[in-house]
Amino acid sequence: MTPSFMRRDRVFDFLAPPLPPDALLDTSHGPILYLEDISVSFDGFKALDALNLYIDDGELRCIIGPNGAGKTTMMDVITGRTRPDAGSAWFGSRIDLLRLDEPAIAKAGIGRKFQKPTVFENLNVVENLELATHGDKAVWRTLVARMDAALRDAIEGVLATIGLEADAYREAGALSHGQKQWLEIGMLLMQRPRLLLLDEPVAGMTHEEIERTAELLQRLAGEHSVVVVEHDMEFVRSIARKVTVLHEGCVLVEGDMATVQADPRVIEVYLGE
Amino acid sequence: MRWLMADKGGLVMLAVLAVVVIVVPLANLVIPPDSALHVSTYTVTLLGKYLCYAVLALALDLVWGYCGVLSLGHGAFFALGGYAMGMYLMRQIGERGVYGHPVLPDFMVFLDWQALPWYWYGFDMFWFAVLMVALVPGLLAFVFGWLAFRSRVTGVYLSIITQALTYALMLAFFRNEMGFGGNNGLTDFKDLLGFDLQADATRVALFLSSALLLALAYLACRAVVGSRLGRVVVAVRDAENRARFLGYRVEYFKLWVFTFSAVLAGLAGALYVPQVGIINPGEFQPLNSIELVIWVAVGGRGTLWGAAAGAVLVNYAKTSFTAVLPEVWLFALGALFVLSTLLLPRGLAGLLRRRGGAS
Amino acid sequence: MVLCTLLAGAATQAAERSEGFAADLAALAASGFDDMDAVVERIASSDHARAVPVMQALLDGRLYRRKSDDRVVIVADAEAGYVLTDAVDGAELGTVSRRKVKRINVNNQLRSLLRGLIARAALASADPARRLAAVEAMSGQLDADARDLLAERATQEEDARVREAISVAIAIFDLENGDAARRDAAIDTLRGSLDPVARGRLAVLAEDDTAPRETRRAAASALASIEQRIALYELAQTIFFGLSMGSVLVLAAIGLAITFGVMGVINMAHGELIMLGAYTTYVVQLAMPEHLGWSLAVAVPAAFLVAALTGIAIERGVIRFLYGRPLETLLATFGVSLVLQQAVRTIFSPLNRSVATPEWMSGSIEINAVFALTWNRLTIMLFMLVVFALLMAVLRYTRLGLEVRAVAQNRAMARAIGVRGNRVDALTFGLGSGIAGVAGVALSQLTNVGPNLGQAYIVDSFMVVVFGGVGNLWGTLLAGLGLGVANKFLEPWAGAVMAKILVLVFIIVFIQKRPRGLFPQRGRAAEG
Repeated sequence: MTPSFMRRDRVFDFLAPPLPPDALLDTSHGPILYLEDISVSFDGFKALDALNLYIDDGELRCIIGPNGAGKTTMMDVITGRTRPDAGSAWFGSRIDLLRLDEPAIAKAGIGRKFQKPTVFENLNVVENLELATHGDKAVWRTLVARMDAALRDAIEGVLATIGLEADAYREAGALSHGQKQWLEIGMLLMQRPRLLLLDEPVAGMTHEEIERTAELLQRLAGEHSVVVVEHDMEFVRSIARKVTVLHEGCVLVEGDMATVQADPRVIEVYLGE
Repeated sequence: MRWLMADKGGLVMLAVLAVVVIVVPLANLVIPPDSALHVSTYTVTLLGKYLCYAVLALALDLVWGYCGVLSLGHGAFFALGGYAMGMYLMRQIGERGVYGHPVLPDFMVFLDWQALPWYWYGFDMFWFAVLMVALVPGLLAFVFGWLAFRSRVTGVYLSIITQALTYALMLAFFRNEMGFGGNNGLTDFKDLLGFDLQADATRVALFLSSALLLALAYLACRAVVGSRLGRVVVAVRDAENRARFLGYRVEYFKLWVFTFSAVLAGLAGALYVPQVGIINPGEFQPLNSIELVIWVAVGGRGTLWGAAAGAVLVNYAKTSFTAVLPEVWLFALGALFVLSTLLLPRGLAGLLRRRGGAS
Repeated sequence: MVLCTLLAGAATQAAERSEGFAADLAALAASGFDDMDAVVERIASSDHARAVPVMQALLDGRLYRRKSDDRVVIVADAEAGYVLTDAVDGAELGTVSRRKVKRINVNNQLRSLLRGLIARAALASADPARRLAAVEAMSGQLDADARDLLAERATQEEDARVREAISVAIAIFDLENGDAARRDAAIDTLRGSLDPVARGRLAVLAEDDTAPRETRRAAASALASIEQRIALYELAQTIFFGLSMGSVLVLAAIGLAITFGVMGVINMAHGELIMLGAYTTYVVQLAMPEHLGWSLAVAVPAAFLVAALTGIAIERGVIRFLYGRPLETLLATFGVSLVLQQAVRTIFSPLNRSVATPEWMSGSIEINAVFALTWNRLTIMLFMLVVFALLMAVLRYTRLGLEVRAVAQNRAMARAIGVRGNRVDALTFGLGSGIAGVAGVALSQLTNVGPNLGQAYIVDSFMVVVFGGVGNLWGTLLAGLGLGVANKFLEPWAGAVMAKILVLVFIIVFIQKRPRGLFPQRGRAAEG
């Protein structure tokens, strides 16, 4: 990327009209996420070994793999929490993720749900959603920010989507495990990300909740790109169009659920040894 | 104003403060000394001191109670504000010092210094001193916080390096070469803005200023806490990574709250010094900073008014104890530390709130 | 029979010599300054056992004549007058009033003669240490005769250090008084000598305009080599001091490395546990004043027990309720530290107590004039290494050590396989606290023991642990030693307080750059 001050068509950056945050995101070539030759090692243990992964815009992708396959580390790399030892990671074809830190990546349009549901337990549901809202998150702006009608509508919309209307003013800490998972997904929606990374979104949910989550994710795909890491095979089968199997830090097999399940290598990884 | 009306504890605190502000000056200046209702100037000053401590406790509650950053070095910001004010008061002494030197404070004459060090320039002007009272602690907090938060030093590590910070400052200020009076610090002040510091009216005015500072500081803190910024800060305290992945630059939030808090502490120190009449490196002792933590813990952190009330209560207990049984005070303080953490994790405010909730 | 005769013969000979010696002494008392020279020389050559003490007494002005019977006596001050000793046979003669005796006076000329004679007599002593002392006393003040005497002595001297000292003394003399050849030889001899006199004389010679250029250049180069050696030894000395300070830091921090590093518990009362160890030493010494030498051997286990039990009490009474809440633990243990401090103040008084250093730990090994290793520092360094090794052994080879490491790594899993978490926590905490107590014994040998002893070390100890990398004992060792040495190197040009501040600031900046210390535990688990 040419540093902006070198560009001759612009004198001062601040004179230019502010770009919408995702204006840089260019998915005209198809994929929204490119991971190429990503390697990460901890103390000699290779968590990711020359991983290659492409996610198409609007796709719903499930990633499965045994423990230690590198699923969480992969999410850490995409969201800027872990710097890879080698490789490149691009969001669209113009945003180099390895040059951004976590807040910048979040602002660029990647939302992440943690494995353990993480919400702000001492704030109520509405406040949780308010903080997640898409918008300027600089210190001064948050000091003077007010709840306006647009924001209120957005929050109500998300509350309806995640089914927490009745609990809108309850402290998040008092919610059930499944509700916390939903709230966290709701917070991601408030962020209006282009790419959603969900780490085990249905862990600890009841059957009914799992079904509703599956439904929600199906609905989100298309408008957003969704990457789901999950252990629950039944859930994966119910939502998956395309499945990637990770093993020992690289992609073992990629394809639709039926192909993957029939692949002898996958069977060996899951059943063998 | 809705946020203020919802804050019952804060309203009670402000109301008590208003009553005290009206009653105490009257009882001191109007009621004759032989009356039972007379409040001595000593008591007025003592109360003023407590109010300064309350502001300091507010400052700490903001960073600890809301932001989750336990600073064990907040006494340093208080002392720096105090020193800045002390320097102004020193320059005001002028020729009335023991050695009668027109510019140099006594201790510099004593050390045989020929000229005023550059960092003492400007402190003969009140506005400059006030500027420094806010700027010096603020700047130190900013630089320190910038380094610490950016490299994601958190929790206990942060607490210990803040303690090291105040410890290092204490060692530095003990040195005569630093030009802040070494061991003895700055003292023998004469007047402030031309008013005699020993006069009753000045004492009352200082007390009123402390009360005003407390009220303003409380409102400012409450406004910060009630804004979206306040919610972000709580979010950072409870789930730092979640906040970061929502796109908040966590370190900037911590940095600004920390700096604001340091400025408040500096202001409290500046009002404290003319009332007690001395500032010395002992104020930088790690013990002072950690005692301050216990005021907040006893009062109840994360409530603001609880912290202020805790500061007044603990210091009142300290004054009473040290007058009667000085050696017992440290036992009592130690026990307070242990008991309040074991039995009262939310402090007295938490106790009141539980009562209120149950009834 | 033959033996008897021989013995009797020797006895008569000795008696005769004694008589001559007594006569000489009497003469000494009677004669004027001019004759005294001869008398003193006679006494010196008498080879009598009392000759040296008498000459020394004369030199010191303690040789008197008793007025009542003209007997020559050596006096020592007493409250009521003088205690007398017979000059000839050393018999005690009781105390008399000052007016009953008269001093035998000497002048400066006689004094210098006496000094030379005493030194010469000492030179013949059977004890090499006394010979060495004699040579060193004579060095720099030789005359031509003394030089020859030393040169002769050197040929029969067996002790290498004495020979070395003699050659230096002769060379110093030759430097000023010898001919050109001797002077050049002297310069060569002095090259690299650490004798301060030699250095001074060489410096004079190097600047001396009257000396030949070659000689001056040689002197200057010899001087440079001396300076270089001195710098080297001073460096060694600084490192030694640094290591010794570092050992103290490591001792103070290593208990913390266990409680904070391994268990993750912030114990602000750690410094007070050190203080308890120091006070235990004090009490042990009070209890056994007769056996000061052994007191430390008793104090080490006693201090370990006292501190360990206190530590276990703190863990069971306070910390156990606060696991997982580090900031609260910090506050509660700080409260405990205040209580302990005040308790000591109430029991022992707020004043400092001084703890005696046993005989075997005082004194020093002098490597040379610039470099000496004091025994107490050396002992503490060794002690630190022993404690460290023992601790490592406990952690590595005992059941407790295994359980400690298991709990530190994964509490829930350890419990699942049958490790009793509570017991391990208490014992681990006791171990760390006990080591703090042992550190207190070492500290009592270096500083005064007072209620604030612990406070002075708590910040330092935390710094060492954090700097070294939490949970890494080797890191603690290196960090402690490194910080000690750094401190001692900074001290000469920054002053002790400033050096400490600089080190603190350095650590603050360092932690901010590398929050996990010098030797971080890596891996995803550590990322938190």
